[in-house]
Amino acid sequence: MFGGAKAMRATALLGAAGRAMGIAAVVLAGAGAAGQALAQDKGGRTLEQVRARGALTCGVNTGLAGFGIPDDKGNWTGLDVDLCRAISAAIFNDPNKVKFVPLTAKDRFTALQSGEIDVLSRNGTWTSSRETDLGLLWAGVNYYDGQGFMVRRKLNVSSAMELSGASICVQQGTTTELNLADFFRSNNMKYEVVAFATSNEAIKAYDSGRCDAYTTDASGLYGERLKLMNADEHVVLPEVISKEPLGPAVRQGDDQWYNVVRWAHFAMLNAEELGVTKANVDDRLKATNPEIRRLLGVEGDFGKGMGLGADWAYRIVKHVGNYGESFNRNVGDGSRLKIRRGLNALWNKGGLQYAPPVR
Amino acid sequence: MTQADAAQAHAPLEPPRVPFWRAGWTKGALWQGALLAAFVWLAWSAVENTAENMRLRGVPTDFSFWWRPAGFDVNQTLIPFSSSSSTYGEAFLVGLLNTLLVAALGVVLATVLGFLIGVARLSTNWIVAKLAAVYVEVIRNTPLLLQLLFWYNAALKPLPNPRQSVALPGGIYLNNRGLFAPEPIFGPHFDWTLWALGAAVVVSLGLRAYGKRLRATTSRRPPMGRIALALMIGLPLLAFLAAGAPLAWSVPELRGFNFQGGVRIYPEFVALLLGLSLYTAAFIAEIVRAGVLSVSHGQSEAAAALGLPRGRALRLVVIPQAMRVVVPPLTNQYLNLTKNSSLAVFVGYPDLVQVFAGTVLNQTGAAVQVISITMAVYLVISLATSAAMNLYNRRMALAER
Repeated sequence: MFGGAKAMRATALLGAAGRAMGIAAVVLAGAGAAGQALAQDKGGRTLEQVRARGALTCGVNTGLAGFGIPDDKGNWTGLDVDLCRAISAAIFNDPNKVKFVPLTAKDRFTALQSGEIDVLSRNGTWTSSRETDLGLLWAGVNYYDGQGFMVRRKLNVSSAMELSGASICVQQGTTTELNLADFFRSNNMKYEVVAFATSNEAIKAYDSGRCDAYTTDASGLYGERLKLMNADEHVVLPEVISKEPLGPAVRQGDDQWYNVVRWAHFAMLNAEELGVTKANVDDRLKATNPEIRRLLGVEGDFGKGMGLGADWAYRIVKHVGNYGESFNRNVGDGSRLKIRRGLNALWNKGGLQYAPPVR
Repeated sequence: MTQADAAQAHAPLEPPRVPFWRAGWTKGALWQGALLAAFVWLAWSAVENTAENMRLRGVPTDFSFWWRPAGFDVNQTLIPFSSSSSTYGEAFLVGLLNTLLVAALGVVLATVLGFLIGVARLSTNWIVAKLAAVYVEVIRNTPLLLQLLFWYNAALKPLPNPRQSVALPGGIYLNNRGLFAPEPIFGPHFDWTLWALGAAVVVSLGLRAYGKRLRATTSRRPPMGRIALALMIGLPLLAFLAAGAPLAWSVPELRGFNFQGGVRIYPEFVALLLGLSLYTAAFIAEIVRAGVLSVSHGQSEAAAALGLPRGRALRLVVIPQAMRVVVPPLTNQYLNLTKNSSLAVFVGYPDLVQVFAGTVLNQTGAAVQVISITMAVYLVISLATSAAMNLYNRRMALAER
């Protein structure tokens, strides 16, 4: 009888303690993991984590032709995807050690903030509040873009200024949504916004006639137009209503990782400027031009400060190619989009793409 | 408690030598207190840890975004909202009201439909019963999201563009941008009409009570219903005319891309409302069927023996008894419908999740705050629905003997 009471007390105790410990374990595990990840970030350890994992996790578009979209064999392709591959090449000497995480516009920054991805290369617009309020940093601009409108040809609209009273389909959680409001407000025009979570739903609603116009970044318009039932029945209006510098973003607090991403992009630009291509890069190792020799790691060791090898840029060009090649293959003449270089030409060819020198 | 009992049971055998912290209620209290303290500490440290991590990551940790200008537009708003002057807080209200609107109308529609179909499934008419059965099985066995997308695309695609709108009687137009109807514009002294209506309602209620008493005492049945109806139409009409008919209509007109003026019902709203109501109605129909079947057959036989026609027997005898079985699971369906309304984002309806947990979250980056608020709102809506239904259930249960 006495033993029974003791045993009962013991089980009751065990039960209570067990429950308390269960809760503690769950909460502390969660808290501990977050704290740890953060500590590693602060010490500039994203690169170390990527190495330990054996792969880069890269946030990309769920499917935007030319920027981030799987091809018919399921391989990710696009200008943004190439940047992920370039980073992977610089780290692992292999462009395929990337885990692509497709993200909607709405979820992308949360995924980066929470550490789910190492870098966000998903045609994201660089704005002040995204850096100051969201705790992110843009490592560069791999596509200078601006917002445009697409309408049905039979509407006979030739300018965005004629869109007063129109219904406009848009993807929510984007700068597009805000620019749209600004444009109609500053021109004193009325409109109706129909916002969808993904660009796919927005473009489908436009295609079915729910909206008079569809708006997104001009580069996106060309890509989305190809998804329509009858692409030729739609025209892109000439107005560009905003500045959309698109580029890769990282979390704040890891300067080394920021440099890796930023210089992967600059390496591709410098390679184009110096005429180093995927095809001739091995040949160019023997070049006498000191700039090329420094870029390809023949002279000096400019990768060391980023925790990379001296041949980091060589690896990028060897596996992915230079910026011009990537542009041409994904969005330029070599693609279905046929977008002209325009603002994205190199600085010495009348564009804005300008990389600081490697030295 | 059991330990305390055990300790007391032993008291006569062994004098109590146990120290106070191991005996009686103190021991229980000590353990409970310790557990509570541990729990509070854990909860507090979890919150603290999250806040600290958010701060270190440069993510906003406060609610100051609430008062900042929103800068985006929403199409369907029940309160005035504009990108130039409204705040994120107002965007929250817009989303919340849209959620409540679709949930409230959805609950009403689903209940009416569910009752009809549930009763139809028990019909002695073979075709009616089978049709109801097919409806229930098809609707409840396909995913709601697919149904919503079906309704949205089925509601949109066949409708003409604004220039080829279908003109319905009464100045109503239908096209793929929605349904446009004339909107009443109330002039001065229109409130007289409303006051007159109010007075008519009060007088009618009094008349009804008087009529009941008359019937109980003298078994006379004055036509109180007809008198009340005449009052409710006549009085407001007189007041309306006396005020000089202060009512104009804003008629929708095709101007530019679309109709301007009038009231508008958006296709996104219709798709969501239809999808939610039809889906939930299938479940409610089954609940109603279960309720009706739970009423003993003797009850309907007794009603028939008293000479009640089938319809009245159902309404006066069977349904009131069935409600006792129906109400608790019905609450679940109401809660489901409300929570399912968050699928709105897939058909472009600006509900709480779409506007607040979508655009606002993305623009402000205050993910933890926005998601917490959103979850709290759904919790409050659900608890309020539950409380109301429990109250109703208690009233129904009192009828039990």
